[in-house]
Amino acid sequence: MNMVTGDIQGAYRITLASEVDRDGWRDHARRLLQAGIAPEQVTWTVEGRRDAGELDLSPSAILPAQNSDQPSRPVRISKTLLSLINTALLHSNADRFNLAYRILWRAQSLPGLHRNPADPDMLKLNRYAKAIRRDIHKMHAFVRFRKIGDSAGREQFVAWFEPDHHITEAVAPFFRNRFTGMDWLIVTPGASIAWDGHKLSVGPGGCKDDVPQEDVIEAEWRTYYANIFNPARVKIGAMKSEMPMKYWKNLPEAELIPSLLEQAGTRVDAMTAHTPEDVLFDDKMDKPAANLPASLDQLYALLEQRADAPMEKFSDRLVRGSGPDRADLMIIGEQPGDQEDREGKPFVGPAGQLLDRALAEAGIDRQQTFLTNAVKRFKYTQRGKRRLHETPNVGEINYYRWWVEQEIRLVDPGLVVALGATAARSLTGRPVKIARRRGEILADAEGRSILITVHPSYLLRIPDEQGRQVEYAKFMRDLQVARDFVN
Amino acid sequence: MSKISRSDKLAILADAAKYDASCASSGSVNRNSAKSGGIGSTGGMGICHSYAPDGRCISLLKILMTNYCMFDCLYCINRSSSNVRRAAFTVQEIVDLTLDFYKRNYIEGLFLSSGIIRSPDYTMEQLVEVARRLRVVHRFGGYIHLKTIPEADPDLLKQAGQYADRLSINIELPDDESIARLAPEKDGKLIRRSMNNLGKKVREAKAERKSSRKAPLFAPGGHSTQMIIGADASDDAKILTTSNGLYGSYGLKRVYYSAFSPIPDSSSNLPAQAPPLLREHRLYQADWLLRFYGFSVDEIMQGGSAGQLDLTIDPKLAWALQNRARFPVNINLADREILLRIPGLGGKGVGKILQARRFSALRLADLERICQSVKKILPFITTADWHPGKQLDSLNLYDRLKPPPEQLSLFEA
Repeated sequence: MNMVTGDIQGAYRITLASEVDRDGWRDHARRLLQAGIAPEQVTWTVEGRRDAGELDLSPSAILPAQNSDQPSRPVRISKTLLSLINTALLHSNADRFNLAYRILWRAQSLPGLHRNPADPDMLKLNRYAKAIRRDIHKMHAFVRFRKIGDSAGREQFVAWFEPDHHITEAVAPFFRNRFTGMDWLIVTPGASIAWDGHKLSVGPGGCKDDVPQEDVIEAEWRTYYANIFNPARVKIGAMKSEMPMKYWKNLPEAELIPSLLEQAGTRVDAMTAHTPEDVLFDDKMDKPAANLPASLDQLYALLEQRADAPMEKFSDRLVRGSGPDRADLMIIGEQPGDQEDREGKPFVGPAGQLLDRALAEAGIDRQQTFLTNAVKRFKYTQRGKRRLHETPNVGEINYYRWWVEQEIRLVDPGLVVALGATAARSLTGRPVKIARRRGEILADAEGRSILITVHPSYLLRIPDEQGRQVEYAKFMRDLQVARDFVN
Repeated sequence: MSKISRSDKLAILADAAKYDASCASSGSVNRNSAKSGGIGSTGGMGICHSYAPDGRCISLLKILMTNYCMFDCLYCINRSSSNVRRAAFTVQEIVDLTLDFYKRNYIEGLFLSSGIIRSPDYTMEQLVEVARRLRVVHRFGGYIHLKTIPEADPDLLKQAGQYADRLSINIELPDDESIARLAPEKDGKLIRRSMNNLGKKVREAKAERKSSRKAPLFAPGGHSTQMIIGADASDDAKILTTSNGLYGSYGLKRVYYSAFSPIPDSSSNLPAQAPPLLREHRLYQADWLLRFYGFSVDEIMQGGSAGQLDLTIDPKLAWALQNRARFPVNINLADREILLRIPGLGGKGVGKILQARRFSALRLADLERICQSVKKILPFITTADWHPGKQLDSLNLYDRLKPPPEQLSLFEA
């Protein structure tokens, strides 16, 4: 057996090549063990590291070279323990090399040591290994690549990350196996790793400024983050324990957190507040004429003479309802459009054509139906040669309410169908949520039956073909309810 | 009409997807891109790439293909009568978005679901096409979870399983009567039949893989479902019985519980207030007891009252307090199954106790080192140097063991 001199504590000073020099640790540990040098006698350090406060009094003893003449003591270590040590050695705490050597030393006489979770040394080693596994896991999770360009058909990405421990090289294979099809570089303070499609390389550490601060996709990522969050359930503690604040500065989405939390309360209140819609109808209505008109002709003539009608932005032309004087079904739209105003007839423009098609498909005869509008004149803004439709306001709708009422009285339909919000407002006197009320037969104060649905122009405005199909099917469903009701 | 941008669609269709609880990306095969030269890998437990302020993990790009829907399920924000903003992604937009996000390491993969447009078959075809393009055209190796549509052709389901890691069908509500009332176009029987069909395919594919490595994969991550809690009157006993049946009959990987969340513009047939999130939490705990701790529904419900779990304390503690005669348990002698029943002791803790006691009889100091917290388990155990004495018989044990009130306020937010 080798004789060892210098049995003062710390007599042997081992300097490893780097913080991640696990091979060096293993070689030295084996030789120390074979030389019978107890852990208390060894100090471990790393090349270039300044060990603050420690005075290097004893010249570091040179380890006895392995003497090939003498049989060396076999070093025994279980695979489980070795892999645990290998993990724990990446920890940033300077005592890890010593701890690992002490456990190795003790394991020679206590082969089951690593299976005892209650042993204080093992407890510490397990804690270190766990911290490493967590750090690696968080690096897998929180690295954010930013694209810097394309080269030879491959996209190139760069990321900045700040791990707690010396794990950068250890995570490289994971990123290679995951992002094989692109070039990438991950820079950390201690080391950088890169993949070019052929080989992994390790380089020196860097700083945050080495990496671009933006990526076009980040705005969409933030949009996703903000919208996947459910304000009805706020659990900040759970979020912070899994995504500690130390990582936030390098996560593009994290800057949203304060404002999301701030708005959460108001957003939930808005969700839970049931709007008071119990009273659907408001019967208060101006009665501008003392005598009720006896016919539709008389009604429109009276209306045309009135000087108090809202005229600003409106066409002069009054567009009368069309259809038989008495009808089972009456359909009320919003207001005449550009084409209706020119022709003086309701529902002849694009929305009218869509309505025609829908009526035909629903089995409703347009000739037997009375069609009119809630507002009798075209409201628009002049834009060059074009006259752009403008939605009538509440006052304008209210002005025509009584006249619509008279139309209904004279035509005396079994059912009035309101197309869209303006018509619904005209009939009920209140703002109506179409989506909630549509498709049902409602009864107003006079016991008249009303059905609310969307305006066909809404269907024309849906940008997606698929959405149009779904919405058209729903519109058809409402029209079929109307048809079944009057038949 | 101007087109909606991809970003606007994303806002609408992520918002619409957030009521789905699952974001799991675990339990599939190990896959990586080293050979294919593509992008993406799966394996192990999956990675949470971010966390939202609701405490939930963001692992997958969880979106709807479209929130247009022909169906009118009252609890659903996307029901046809809801006046939320609507949008629809094209197949290619979803493929591009998934790859853009994945390459920046934002996500583990895609969880795609959809409102029903045109027909269930048409919708399902589109979902499958997204998965196919990702896998075949772009050699995407990340995680794909498809929410399948029970009304769609079984053949489409088969195709979906070839590309997806996990498939799911939402059971929605604990019983058929509630489904009929709140989801008029859905049919509980049909949902269960599809689930059964799905479970069978997953099982068969697994068996074939055992005999031949070359057998095709079918949803190697298994299948799961989601149940909405608090939208109908079903009690916890009913919910757990349904879950237990689902696990038993269809081989589901997980049942997710989603506390009914008040949605904008909700129907007056629904409660305006959400059930306490604590209820959802207790159900998850109970679900765990069913799957990993050998409890039966009846045993779990002993700890509750009138068919509801105790909200104040966890279901295992509640059960133990009703079964005090079974305690204290000797930590150094008891079998694994008995140790698992000690409140405050989980599977990991039990494993460590079993290991450590081979070396020496455990004392309290040993337990303190290997368990998260011994305080909670003290009344229920004996060690070489500890006996709880008459603690177990004391009437105020419940009050002493319940969590301090400030902890509860976390959930009030």
